[in-house]
Amino acid sequence: MMETLKFSHTARRRLSGTKAQAIIGVVASGNLEVLLERVLPEAACEVEITTPLTGYGETWKAVVAEFVERSSPGGLRISINDGGARPDTVFLRLIQGSALMETE
Amino acid sequence: MADWQTERRARDERLAAGSKFAAGKMVAPSDTTALLEALIRPGDRLCLEGDNQKQADFLAACLAKADPKVLHDLHVVQSGIVLPEHIDLFEKGIAKKLDFSYSGPQSHAVPRVLKSGKVELGAIHTYIELFARYFVDLTPHVALTVARSADRAGNLYMGPNTEDSPAVIEATAFKGGVVVAQVNEVEDKLPRVDVPGDRVDFVVVAPKPFYVEPLFTRDPASITEIQILAGMMAIKGIYAEYGIKRLNHGIGFNTAAIELIIPTYAEKLGLKGKIATHWALNPHPTLIPAIESGWVKQIHSFGSEVGMDAYMRARSDIYFTGRDGSMGSSRTYCQLAGLYATDLFIGSTLQIDLNGNSSTVTADRITGFGGAPNMGSDAHGRRHPSEPWLKAGREAVDGPSQLMRGRKLVVQLVETFSEKMAPVFVEKLDSIEFAETFKLDLAPVMIYGDDVTHIVSEEGIANLLLCRTAEEREQAIRGIAGFTEVGRRRDRKMVEKLRERKVIRRPEDLGINPLDAHRSMLAARSIEDLMHWSGNLYDPPNKFRNW
Repeated sequence: MMETLKFSHTARRRLSGTKAQAIIGVVASGNLEVLLERVLPEAACEVEITTPLTGYGETWKAVVAEFVERSSPGGLRISINDGGARPDTVFLRLIQGSALMETE
Repeated sequence: MADWQTERRARDERLAAGSKFAAGKMVAPSDTTALLEALIRPGDRLCLEGDNQKQADFLAACLAKADPKVLHDLHVVQSGIVLPEHIDLFEKGIAKKLDFSYSGPQSHAVPRVLKSGKVELGAIHTYIELFARYFVDLTPHVALTVARSADRAGNLYMGPNTEDSPAVIEATAFKGGVVVAQVNEVEDKLPRVDVPGDRVDFVVVAPKPFYVEPLFTRDPASITEIQILAGMMAIKGIYAEYGIKRLNHGIGFNTAAIELIIPTYAEKLGLKGKIATHWALNPHPTLIPAIESGWVKQIHSFGSEVGMDAYMRARSDIYFTGRDGSMGSSRTYCQLAGLYATDLFIGSTLQIDLNGNSSTVTADRITGFGGAPNMGSDAHGRRHPSEPWLKAGREAVDGPSQLMRGRKLVVQLVETFSEKMAPVFVEKLDSIEFAETFKLDLAPVMIYGDDVTHIVSEEGIANLLLCRTAEEREQAIRGIAGFTEVGRRRDRKMVEKLRERKVIRRPEDLGINPLDAHRSMLAARSIEDLMHWSGNLYDPPNKFRNW
């Protein structure tokens, strides 16, 4: 049973850089793969998560909100393929993903 | 007429009873249980050497076979409850009372026998605290020790595994007690004498070499990027910031990550020679790359580590080695070194509360203390200054102080969640309930909050020295507690204020690029890599050979 979660946010600003897409992490137990695409208008940010663990919706919501607050990933559509990662690992991957999108 | 020699005569009687099973000092393995039944008296205080590393495993097995009608109500006073036989002694009624320090592999069994009423618990000690009591009110009547070899006079050679033995044997031998040693072999001429033969009464050559737990080996293959990120923060935000040269690392993957990024990340920061030069540390294989790349000046060790003998022998500039060339360890001296001569301790834990108290006790598991409470405490008897110690002392007070005292840096390095998503940050330590269940007078606390100076998690560093109120302290801890309940219940405004004052520092505040938190940052990524770094001198135990 996979669970799918979707979150939409309005970030403070557009994420800097021009990179169109980046991928980071791996699909493995306790890990996750994050695909980031610069396809949305200015400040919009959408995150879609597919996870094998059900019932952690509140934690995902908190992790995504914190990420949007800290990185302001405006313009990104983010797809997460989760392998049962801990919230700290998810957060690190998201931060790494946005850093990668800012790298020329 | 007062009689002042009762102890000596009792000892002579014990020796005479034991001699029936010995030729000189030598005892056959098959006579060992009978020897122990003859030497030991019901109610005796007994130290069966077993620490967190080497084990007098043959003597333990022989004692566990003793007849409980002959040997009963013993009071076990030893640092480690580690082997199943240590528990058997209580299950069978041979032993009744227990004073100890550490119970790693038996951490689930200890609460079980406590519950069954078969153990009367004295106290859980730190290592040097228990050793100290050997000389005051817990002096053993009989000590069962373990060495690599003996000669026929009973002189003992322990090689790198000296560990607790000199303290145990001195207390026993000089206060009317009896010492029995298990050895791997008898030699005509020992490589070096670690314990003089006149302190050793009987020697048994065990059928198999004694067991040593490779407790300090961490496979780099299991180190995560979260651990690397926290390690980078510790190096940049603490080691570099305070100029930490003299230090001790606890056991664990978190500190192993630091050891493995010294030659890469700390090198990039230009810190060579400025940090991590002098260590009180077991021979961690994960420190090999830092040693080989010239970061480390010297290391004194509590004990040995399986597979490190040849490497240490070849690196005598770094390790303490005897005239025979092999390393010599000492739990007592190294604990004192860590307590008085290092400026930083960093280690992990299982639970931290809002005041910074930490514990490794969970509902069904008691691991004991070992040495961490001493390494992780501010030594109030310290009087020599050093830059890191003074800087920490200055941070703890406002403005100039004519009579300021320094502070040891005591750092807890944790991930916000441990295994099975158990939060490390909690409102209340499990240890409090544990103490109630087992009617302990003292809830077991590994490191008290007032000794902790910094907590590092993957979210950031909390500098508790800079907190001025209990409320600031609580929010500083919540502010790095990530997505745990404790972390999510932070006061965001206050956390931001604490960040401005550098009480909380995040990776971005320290200029750490999250993309550097990558396994390629590790100087060695496998046990095999560590072997290569050592020029194949490191000989890892089989359980770590997975190639």
